[in-house]
Amino acid sequence: MLLIECPWCGPRAESEYRCGGESPIVRPADPAATDDAAWADYLFYRDNVKGLSFERWHHRFGCGLWFNIARDTVSHRILAIYGITDPRPVLGPGA
Amino acid sequence: MSGYRLERSGDIDRSRPINFRWEGRSYTGFAGDTLASALLASGVRMIGRSFKYHRPRGLIAAGLDEPNFIVQLERGAGTTPNLKAPYVELYDGLDAAPVNAWPSLRFDLLAANSIFKRFIPAAFYYKTFMWPTWRLFEPLIRKAAGLGASPKLPDPDCYEQTSAHIDVLIVGGGIAGLAAAQHAAMSGKSVMLVTGGRHWGGRLAGTSDSVEGKPAAVWIKDMLRTFTAMPNVTLMTRTLATGHFDHGMVSLCERLTDHMPIHERSGPRQRFWRVRADALILATGAIERPLVFRGNDRPGIMLAGAARAYLHRHAVVAGREIVVATTNDSAWYAAFDLAEAGATIVAIIDTRPSPSPALVERAEALGIMVHASMAPTEAIGRQTVRAVRIGCVSSAGRIHGATQTLPCDLLLMSGGWNPAVHLHSQGAGRLKFDPGLSSFIPEAESSGHRIIGGAAGDFARYSTLAAAPEQAVTRRPGPPQAALWSISESDVPDAEAWVDFQNDVTAGDIALAARENFRSVEHLKRYTTLGMASDQGKTSNVNGIGILSTLLAKSIEAIGTTKFRPPYDPIPFGLLAGHRIGDGLRPRRQLALHDWHVGRNASFEEYGGWMRPAAYLRPGESEADAVRREVLAVRTEVGIFEASPLGKIEVKGPDAAAFLDLMYVNRISTLKPGRCRYAIMLSENGTVFDDGVVTRLTDDHFLVGTTSGHAAIITEAFREWLQCEWTTMRVLVEDVTTCWAVANVVGPQTRSVLDTLASDIDFSADAFAHMTAQRGYIGGIPARVARVSFTGELSYEIAVPWRCAGALWETLIAAGSSHGIVPFGVEALMTLRIEKGFLHIGADTDGTTLPQDIGLGAIMAKKTQDFVGRRSAHRPDGLRGDRRSFVGLEATDGNAAPLAIGAHILPAGTTQPQPGEGWVTSSTWSPTLGAPLALAMIERGEKRIGENVRVWDLGAWREARITRACRYDPQGTRLDV
Repeated sequence: MLLIECPWCGPRAESEYRCGGESPIVRPADPAATDDAAWADYLFYRDNVKGLSFERWHHRFGCGLWFNIARDTVSHRILAIYGITDPRPVLGPGA
Repeated sequence: MSGYRLERSGDIDRSRPINFRWEGRSYTGFAGDTLASALLASGVRMIGRSFKYHRPRGLIAAGLDEPNFIVQLERGAGTTPNLKAPYVELYDGLDAAPVNAWPSLRFDLLAANSIFKRFIPAAFYYKTFMWPTWRLFEPLIRKAAGLGASPKLPDPDCYEQTSAHIDVLIVGGGIAGLAAAQHAAMSGKSVMLVTGGRHWGGRLAGTSDSVEGKPAAVWIKDMLRTFTAMPNVTLMTRTLATGHFDHGMVSLCERLTDHMPIHERSGPRQRFWRVRADALILATGAIERPLVFRGNDRPGIMLAGAARAYLHRHAVVAGREIVVATTNDSAWYAAFDLAEAGATIVAIIDTRPSPSPALVERAEALGIMVHASMAPTEAIGRQTVRAVRIGCVSSAGRIHGATQTLPCDLLLMSGGWNPAVHLHSQGAGRLKFDPGLSSFIPEAESSGHRIIGGAAGDFARYSTLAAAPEQAVTRRPGPPQAALWSISESDVPDAEAWVDFQNDVTAGDIALAARENFRSVEHLKRYTTLGMASDQGKTSNVNGIGILSTLLAKSIEAIGTTKFRPPYDPIPFGLLAGHRIGDGLRPRRQLALHDWHVGRNASFEEYGGWMRPAAYLRPGESEADAVRREVLAVRTEVGIFEASPLGKIEVKGPDAAAFLDLMYVNRISTLKPGRCRYAIMLSENGTVFDDGVVTRLTDDHFLVGTTSGHAAIITEAFREWLQCEWTTMRVLVEDVTTCWAVANVVGPQTRSVLDTLASDIDFSADAFAHMTAQRGYIGGIPARVARVSFTGELSYEIAVPWRCAGALWETLIAAGSSHGIVPFGVEALMTLRIEKGFLHIGADTDGTTLPQDIGLGAIMAKKTQDFVGRRSAHRPDGLRGDRRSFVGLEATDGNAAPLAIGAHILPAGTTQPQPGEGWVTSSTWSPTLGAPLALAMIERGEKRIGENVRVWDLGAWREARITRACRYDPQGTRLDV
């Protein structure tokens, strides 16, 4: 079970959280002007990363905060935790 | 009968005899015994039948690696299957039976399988029972091959769950674990040391081996005494580490009462621990490998280390005439100890050409014959071993030359030791094959934990003790262990030499699998079931991989191991469930006035997690009668309904209106304060997600109504949008559903009831229009009142603080009594809304319903801004002309029974079932119209009003006509009062 550091509450067990999948997913600014393929890409298509994955998590049974995590999907190591509107951190090869 | 008890020694209390039953017969052991040690001391040899061939089997191990002695403990609801007898502590009245013998151990009918063994090799069942279907044979085969019976009744025991956060967790109570704990504790850190069994000291418990210059028993006792003075050390026996999970979490199973007589037990049976430690040290020891030779599964053949453990822990000598066969030094010490305890050691057979001279010298001093370069090639005997045939063996396990036979009643074997790397491996630690030890050992760098002692492949006492305080994983080279994966008199592995005792897999089965090209170890495992039994191959995996490696002429390193998975040993489901059973799994919520409803003989049903009255039954009434009466009362007089579960979310802030415009199909920002609007919400995928009434309380403050049981989900969705997408909007969202209890007063007489209340609210038509809301006081209680209707009748929803619900309700019932006010339940409400054709999200809609399917196309077209789901509703599939739409359905066949919900709708004239055009979504008998009514989703339904269709359900046809959804008061005149 992962131990996830909520930026607000500190380290808590994975069972308190919900994973919201890849992050960020940018909602097209003008949906009406977005063609079907681009809209489907926004709705459905996600990277299925083996290795470094950027995803958003929700402290559902805690403070309710959404935040971002950089996680290695192989080792489950959490390499960075950052705010929901922060840019993806640049992680060096040693990370 | 050959095992016996010594007069002295052992960690047992001879003054406390314990009576127990095995296979229906009475036996006596002592306090400190396990079921295995007590039966061994009683001379019982055959303790089970094998899984597949029902061969007689005996005890081979002294721990959880035991593959044969698997028992069903106790009977009835508290029965537990598949316990390993060496781990079952004896208690007075214990009642155990073998799991795989029918009708009895001695006379097992299915032992006939054994005679036909050569016809039922690996995968035989899958290959043979293919026609007409495997399922036909499966139940019979499962009965024949069963391991234990699961209880048929609810578990009478309770289980506890808890967590611990500590500095250092040490798993394993052998000398490595004790020494590591001592070192960690001296630094002042909090230390938890757990061991699965009852005793400390692991394999050295009870021995006279020297540890740091003291006899082991004294060293262990001294160590434990040191810990009692250290409050930072927690010692836990009977606590098995069952799993090692991501980010270092370790699960423990603490057995609290399993060792007590049943009538003395109280409280939880077991406790499940989730432990997170800054440092994890694994000192889980090692597991001895059996030797693989013909007939090696006969009762009376044991692991040498196990015989030594039974001797020292329980003062049991497992046999009288003993032959010891080994590939390494460890079994020699078992022979010496047993000889010193008075047993006759017939011979020590060592496969190595030149065992250490010191060992040979000591053997000779004890009068033990030594045969080097030799191995057992066949165990002779049937229900117990009578003799062993031995011969000269090559390093590859091939017997050559003449053989000789040695009589014996106990054959001890040791094929070397495998580090118990299970927890290391579960925790994503990698393994490497060590050619010196011929075992898989942990790779130090690959994990975040330390692993010491036998678990690290470090079998030397002095180096284990030295390793305990060190920071990194260490391993000192001990004496090498030669690999001898299987012994055979021919070039191929012996088909009667057992590798996996519990799953009945032989060396011949592995050869068969290799011949059939199952070369990956994962395929081999599944094809032969090697290592798939409840012991997960503790004694068999490495031998199996070794044999495969020889057959394929491929290195063991290249073959690798199968994956280790938790739990290390099976644990009860109840332990994992803990308190989350029955109502503890998913608490059922009660209404504010639950007791009142109970007093009115309500029949309760669960709706969206709430226990709500379906109907209030009067004496002699069926539920259908009650629903009919309640519906008519609402249509003609006045009814009252508790609507407290109705979702209520407050949305507040300068951007609240703009935010709700994004959330709803309907325009919310144009709503004036004090007014209500029915609105529909979509998911971003475009499908209908929720509906409810939105009330604008003030300019920047809204009360959002959701369907019952959906409020938490909608609140969460709102917050996700606000936190992740529209992050600059200034809006606060709070679910207040259970802050407000709601009484809904409905029916033409409603106003006459409300007018009699002591209230500052004017309920008249002029002062309180339909779809408006007001705040005020009713009988001194603060109330939020909305005039909204889900029934088509005059209706006021009165929300008051939850704690005031009783007072309000009594006031309303008193005020309504002269008008014959009738409480009504959810079923009546559903009938009323079906009569009106009001949509019920989740009943009439599903995960494919788009807003245009339920008549919202025009509203969408009119709204100029974007909202969640809008774009998705206009994908090509949403624009199809033949989409289903929401309509009504009336039966035209004169049959008064309502149409079946879910029934298929087909064109008129259809006589054969064919792809349908839609289905019935809601259906009821309408007391108001005196006819069955239904709602349905039908292809182009909107354009087919008046058309006849056929309705098919489970082979029966009905005739019906498509109508508008609303069948009662379509003009809404009843609201216009």
